[in-house]
Amino acid sequence: MTSDHMVDAASHPAQPGIAETAEERVSYLRAGHTLGSWLFTSDHKRIAILYFISVTFFFFVGGAAATLMRADLLTPQADLLSDEGYNRAFTLHGVIMVWFFLIPSIPNTFGNFLVPLMIGARDLAFPRLNLLSWYIYMLGGLFTIYVLIAGGVDTGWTFYTPLSSMFANGNVVLAATAVFIVGFSSILTGLNFIVTIHKLRAPGMTWGRLPLFIWSLYATSLILVLATPILSVTLALIAAERLFGIGVFNPSLGGDPLLYQHLFWFYSHPAVYIMVLPALGVVSELVAAAARKPVFGYQFVAGSSIAIAAIGFLVWGHHMFVAGQSAYASAIFSFLSLAVAVPSGIKVYNWTATLYKGQISLDPPFLFAMSFIGLFVVGGLTGVILAMLAVDVHVHDTYFVVAHFHYIMVGGTVSAYFGALHYWWPKIIGRRYSLAWGRLSAALIFLGFNLTFFPQFLLGYLGMPRRYHVYPPEFQVLHVLSTAGASILGVAYLLPFTYLFYSMRYGKPAGANPWEATGLEWSIPSPPPKHNFAERPTVTRAPYDYTIEYEESDD
Amino acid sequence: MNGFLSLWPDRASAYAAQLDTLLAGFTVVIVLLSAPVFILIVVFAIKYRRGRPANRKHPVTRNVWLEISWSIVPFVLMLCFYVWATKLFFDLHHPPADALEIDVVAKQWMWKFQHPGGQREINELHVPIDQPVRLTMASQDVIHSLYIPALRMKQDVVPGRYTDMWFKAGKPGTYLLTCAEFCGTQHARMGGHLIAMSQADYARWLEASTTDLTLAAQGAELFRSRGCSGCHGPSATVHAPNLAGIYGKPVPLEDGQVVTANDQYIRDSILLPQQQIAAGYPHIMPSFQNVLGEDDVLKLIAYIKSLSDTGEGSPNREGASK
Amino acid sequence: MTERVQVHEPFVDPAQQHAADMLGMYIFLASEIMLFGGLFAVLFVCRLLHPQEIAAASKELHLWIGGINTAILLTSSLAVAIAVQLARQGSRRAVAISLAAAAALGAGFLILKAVEYRLEYSDGLLPGFSTASKFANPATHLFMNIYLIATVLHAVHLSIGILLLAGLVWKLLRRSLQVPKRASVIAVSGLYWHLVDVIWIFLYPALYLIR
Repeated sequence: MTSDHMVDAASHPAQPGIAETAEERVSYLRAGHTLGSWLFTSDHKRIAILYFISVTFFFFVGGAAATLMRADLLTPQADLLSDEGYNRAFTLHGVIMVWFFLIPSIPNTFGNFLVPLMIGARDLAFPRLNLLSWYIYMLGGLFTIYVLIAGGVDTGWTFYTPLSSMFANGNVVLAATAVFIVGFSSILTGLNFIVTIHKLRAPGMTWGRLPLFIWSLYATSLILVLATPILSVTLALIAAERLFGIGVFNPSLGGDPLLYQHLFWFYSHPAVYIMVLPALGVVSELVAAAARKPVFGYQFVAGSSIAIAAIGFLVWGHHMFVAGQSAYASAIFSFLSLAVAVPSGIKVYNWTATLYKGQISLDPPFLFAMSFIGLFVVGGLTGVILAMLAVDVHVHDTYFVVAHFHYIMVGGTVSAYFGALHYWWPKIIGRRYSLAWGRLSAALIFLGFNLTFFPQFLLGYLGMPRRYHVYPPEFQVLHVLSTAGASILGVAYLLPFTYLFYSMRYGKPAGANPWEATGLEWSIPSPPPKHNFAERPTVTRAPYDYTIEYEESDD
Repeated sequence: MNGFLSLWPDRASAYAAQLDTLLAGFTVVIVLLSAPVFILIVVFAIKYRRGRPANRKHPVTRNVWLEISWSIVPFVLMLCFYVWATKLFFDLHHPPADALEIDVVAKQWMWKFQHPGGQREINELHVPIDQPVRLTMASQDVIHSLYIPALRMKQDVVPGRYTDMWFKAGKPGTYLLTCAEFCGTQHARMGGHLIAMSQADYARWLEASTTDLTLAAQGAELFRSRGCSGCHGPSATVHAPNLAGIYGKPVPLEDGQVVTANDQYIRDSILLPQQQIAAGYPHIMPSFQNVLGEDDVLKLIAYIKSLSDTGEGSPNREGASK
Repeated sequence: MTERVQVHEPFVDPAQQHAADMLGMYIFLASEIMLFGGLFAVLFVCRLLHPQEIAAASKELHLWIGGINTAILLTSSLAVAIAVQLARQGSRRAVAISLAAAAALGAGFLILKAVEYRLEYSDGLLPGFSTASKFANPATHLFMNIYLIATVLHAVHLSIGILLLAGLVWKLLRRSLQVPKRASVIAVSGLYWHLVDVIWIFLYPALYLIR
């Protein structure tokens, strides 16, 4: 198991590697050597590592499903997968990537690790609840793995009724149970973050001095806590419908299949913001550190996170423009969907303005941040195209939608995830990695991603429906391009894990602040000691206060 | 439709051209809105590269008016397109009265079409050009979605309710017709073609397609064979509403509401008779849920509609129940 | 309040810990409200779809049992509120007695609820135990399904509450929970109990009274 390697590498300073540093000897990584000291830890930093390992595992499981799909799509016929096989592959890809990777990815790894460090606390407010949330996540994960072994599920990650409740022949109830369980893990994490951010800030860490990553996690947590229960009850109703035929979603028993879509998207649209808000927070941190300048318009950027979370609860109906809902409702949802683009736009323009007259570094984390901005802009603006009613009638449920949300979720969130990994890796592990390899993988991911997903916009406008593995031959060229891009992307995603893993043993010690960034997390040794801060810090400066350096560098 | 690589989809209607114009216009706007971001990121990254000398005096860290303007201006620009797109969308929801009515029944995994003359076809839909066509769609099982890319149109087909879609094809040709909503194992194979033909060709096609009876006549046949006429017929002894002339008329219900006897109401009355009981009638109608398919129900509706079209029966009947 | 309060790891003082515990519970309860909110939304939509049938179905419920149960739960909340006050004053036995009274009232609610299910069973109106044909129409069946799901989910929450209060009583009697030192534990548990009560206050009209 990967976790064993981790403990192993940590506990035996390698012979040919670079010797253990004094900081490492007292760090959280050495605070216990047994497997039990990891599995029963209540240290937020260790729980972050546990999450990192499990989330990465599911990322590659979901990626394997995507690989199968892309390979099958090379030709217009069904040559690799059967109809059933393809349906099960994309369902697992969706379920795993959404609930077992994207939603927990940044909050549960970097959020867990950084929230106490950034606000000057010893731990999250409820450390044992934090560990419990990881166990709940793993239990949900085990159910998912069981579903995979038992033959999968064939409803799509959206579980639309009455297909899921009456007609599908996969393990719908088990899959719904897995997602139901993992929801509680999200709720506990969100609750823990909100309480921690409210109650455990160090003296002087006012709301106006919070790092923007914390603001975005705060907004994310509000959504986690308020939207996830709706999903839980909806999935419970799906299971009850399938097992007992209660009829809530069954038109022949007086129910309404569209009611399911309303409930599902009431959760799942805000869930999109659960996935992307933490990424926006990461990028704000990275842009400030890259430019060595305060983020332009801190208040607007912080406020826009909250605005996105709030308006995000009111736009769910834009998934249902062709589902048969009232045209007037559609017009309102379309308008609100445009409104939610405004705070996202503010962030992008403000990041660009942050770079003006900065000291811009092109080290790997910052390359990831810049590719994030580019891909997020494309994803966001195509989202606005989708919000236009008449256009959505054409491109809804086509590859245009697939490309759009992959630009946000993969181009956006996954780039930010890798950006965060490259930025805070020296803090988490205490070692430097090869910057050249980091730049190479950032470039490869950007190229591979665009080659994979840009052709899908064209496919969608041409009329290629999603969830098809048999398609008219005139779409083949674009599909081949997309698969070619996907193979680059697959390699590029594996690459960082090799040189980062290598750096654990052979990397040079990072020192407390390798990027010369501001923020409390950089004021303590790398890797951090078990109790984070030797004494409770007192904050006296605004966030991203790089002023002193300006004066020095003026020419 | 054919070819090695196409980068723009076929256009089979004037509406498709309008939509393409909307999209092209909007694309120009979003390129204009996003170009500064792409260009400036690259320019700044080069000009202000760390270690490179540049004028970095007086950096700005906030400017509220600038921020407000880049919130408001793009939003206002987008609102213009919002109005345009919403206008097109509402047109899609208002079919012209003289449209040719074709019924669609979706089931795993095929499309069935019924023309008013009784012609039936599977996975192929023949329509005349320059004539509005209105599809009334029902699903036999799960949610499907009829999607015709060349028309830039799709509409979900939801079990338990009728949805509709109308279009006016402008150019003869054979166009792709697919299911866009995931509907189970053979979803990817649930498709066929829209065949738009000149009105003369369409008339010829209608004649050539074997058909014994019009849709309404097939409905009349069912009305007798399934026993509807036993209660609803002129010689019935049971107290059930006479259906002649009720189509499109208001029906007072037991609970005081008044509904219009449209397709949906008649469908629900046949399949879910214990709801929405017409005032003054006993609750005796059995459900035909497991007896009649959606295509049969559509035939019955065509029949009931024909009773009002031809003026049979008195137009002011007091109402209808199931 | 001279006794030293035990402060757990991330907190610096008891006030901070108490505030965090209370906030945590409030957020959890907000989450619970959204959970039941989903069910209320389902109920609301079904009523809109079938107003007449559901009003008729609602008339079949045993209004008086629901009414008595409402009174019982309200009284139990009063007992919990008194216990929270008493805990701040440090009267250990009195706290234990009023918490035990609240738990007993909760148990009484469950017993009456069981009686009600039994009556519905004999009327042939309990889904899962009665054949579908006994229901006047599908909408009635649907309503009874939602009724059963909502009340069972509420009963599960109430049972957890009863166990929670019983645990507190047990600890108080064994003196392993000290008041007023740990009064905040009782306050936090009390919040949960009030929420279970409040949910019933909304379920009762939504299911029984709108007929």
